[in-house]
Amino acid sequence: MNPTVVAVRAGVRRGGIELRQTFTNFQDLWNYIFLPGLFLIVMYFLRGKSVPGTDFSLSAMTIPSVVGMQIVFAGLVMVAAVLIMEREDGTLLRAKATPHGMLGYLVGKIVQISGMSLVSVVTILVPGALLFGGLELANPGAWLTLLWVLLLGLLATMPIGAVLGSLFSSPTSLGFVFVPIMGLIAISGIFYPITVFPVWLQWIGQVFPIYWTGLGMRSAFLPESLASVEIGGSWRHLETVGVLGIWAAVGLVLAPVVLRRMARRESGSTVDARREKAMQRAGW
Amino acid sequence: MENPVLAGRSAEDVGNGAVIEVRDLQMRYGSVDVLRRVEFEARRGEVLALLGPNGAGKTTTIEILEGFRMRSAGEVRVLGVDPARGDEAWRARIGVVLQSWRDHGKWRVGELLDNLGRYYSPYSTPGCKRPYQAEELVEMVGLEEHAGKKISNLSGGQRRRLDVAIGIVGRPELLFLDEPTAGFDPHARREFHDLVHRLSDLEDTTILLTTHDLDEAEKLADRILILAGGSIIADGSADALSRRMSTNAEVRWTRDGQRFVHAPADATRFVREELFGQYGEDISDLEVRRATLEDAYMALVQQFESGQRGSAAREFEEVVR
Repeated sequence: MNPTVVAVRAGVRRGGIELRQTFTNFQDLWNYIFLPGLFLIVMYFLRGKSVPGTDFSLSAMTIPSVVGMQIVFAGLVMVAAVLIMEREDGTLLRAKATPHGMLGYLVGKIVQISGMSLVSVVTILVPGALLFGGLELANPGAWLTLLWVLLLGLLATMPIGAVLGSLFSSPTSLGFVFVPIMGLIAISGIFYPITVFPVWLQWIGQVFPIYWTGLGMRSAFLPESLASVEIGGSWRHLETVGVLGIWAAVGLVLAPVVLRRMARRESGSTVDARREKAMQRAGW
Repeated sequence: MENPVLAGRSAEDVGNGAVIEVRDLQMRYGSVDVLRRVEFEARRGEVLALLGPNGAGKTTTIEILEGFRMRSAGEVRVLGVDPARGDEAWRARIGVVLQSWRDHGKWRVGELLDNLGRYYSPYSTPGCKRPYQAEELVEMVGLEEHAGKKISNLSGGQRRRLDVAIGIVGRPELLFLDEPTAGFDPHARREFHDLVHRLSDLEDTTILLTTHDLDEAEKLADRILILAGGSIIADGSADALSRRMSTNAEVRWTRDGQRFVHAPADATRFVREELFGQYGEDISDLEVRRATLEDAYMALVQQFESGQRGSAAREFEEVVR
């Protein structure tokens, strides 16, 4: 059989195994529960507030927004972090020593991270819908929208996350990724309608994927009338596809180049050197 | 569809049966020459030990051969292919065990062996079925009882054996082992040596291992290469090397309750004529000790580490050749 096909299959299997592992260890389970839990608790206390200009619950509005945010978070931060970590412990070098192993590794990561973000979508959406109501979960069209926004969102962010993970070499430098993303979340209309911000800030928010995945998810689960608080009074699906599509295209062009360059440099001694640095960091 | 197996094979037959050919290999980092003129060959089924003090360039050499590092100059052929241009079919015929790996901690032993083995199945040939089954592998490296264990829960020695198992999962024609027994207890070391013998005898695997342990090199290798000062300064079987080294033996004896030590050029003649000829019955506790390869090697390493790199290597070269 064709070695490329074999590697892709082995990669899919690999992704499945690693996804399953996230359900059987405490750290990963905690990561699944902690942020959504915290968010749901905060939203519960804010449940009396409504979206400005409507009588719709602000808490209910933020549920799909946060789902959109989670996608970007998984695609960017999680992919970058995993890449940095697995470069440090030698997983990537192992893949490099295996025929078509890098292909299998990447396929595996795509399966694993997509699966993990699907889980985090569910952990927010289901309890959120039960707690606050108002979300249109019964509408099959809603789930279709969720699906394409999820796929396009991951496609727009995972390659960029891989590029970031290749450029930074230590987990501490991940802060350079994390902090700007926090800032972006604040101005991307996740927790409050973007239309209340100054126009120039709205423009910045609209450059990045978080705003669009959030908007896409709101369009899936909120009543049509809520579109009135969005920019242009519309869910702007066409623009969503456009902006996320551009990010995906840029990422898919950049990622193979950067990944290949990074992989070429991996060798036993680079892994050893990085491990030594990590041990110094930990103060061993 | 391409035929990966044939693509990899045809290249091998170009060479004259040599699995590794290295000519005038040089490696330079900035202004430092790590490898000056490394030359050696490995034939099919041979076990080669690359021996040398820390920092001699063993790992650099092996990484160049593995295709993980670009060389500065020289000719290198591994299985008939330049490692800098080795494709995936070439990669499938090579096994790599690096110094220390901590990857896949959440995986189970059998699970990982099975998954990594899958990549090799397209490279199977009628004469050489790839990969090894996971069950077969864990048995070969003595991890049967740990096949279901999480990798992060393995002990250091078990983890190392797993690394070896992964290195051979694709039934490689050539296996690289970088410091394979570092951190092993004597028992694990012995089992590992048995495994290496089995691989080279039964599977006809060519093995290149690095070590700084002369004893290990002597036990495992058909041929020992000593790397110092950036080039191979000795190349031969352990026997041949130690024979050529044993020029000066040390003679110790006691006379009148006093202990004496001397290193004559001809120990046999010295003992017969000088000692017994002169003192006869007065001599007791006689000891004649040949300088072993280890003595010579230790001297080399000591000189090397005290900073006389070039001269130490030259001296050693003169003695050995």
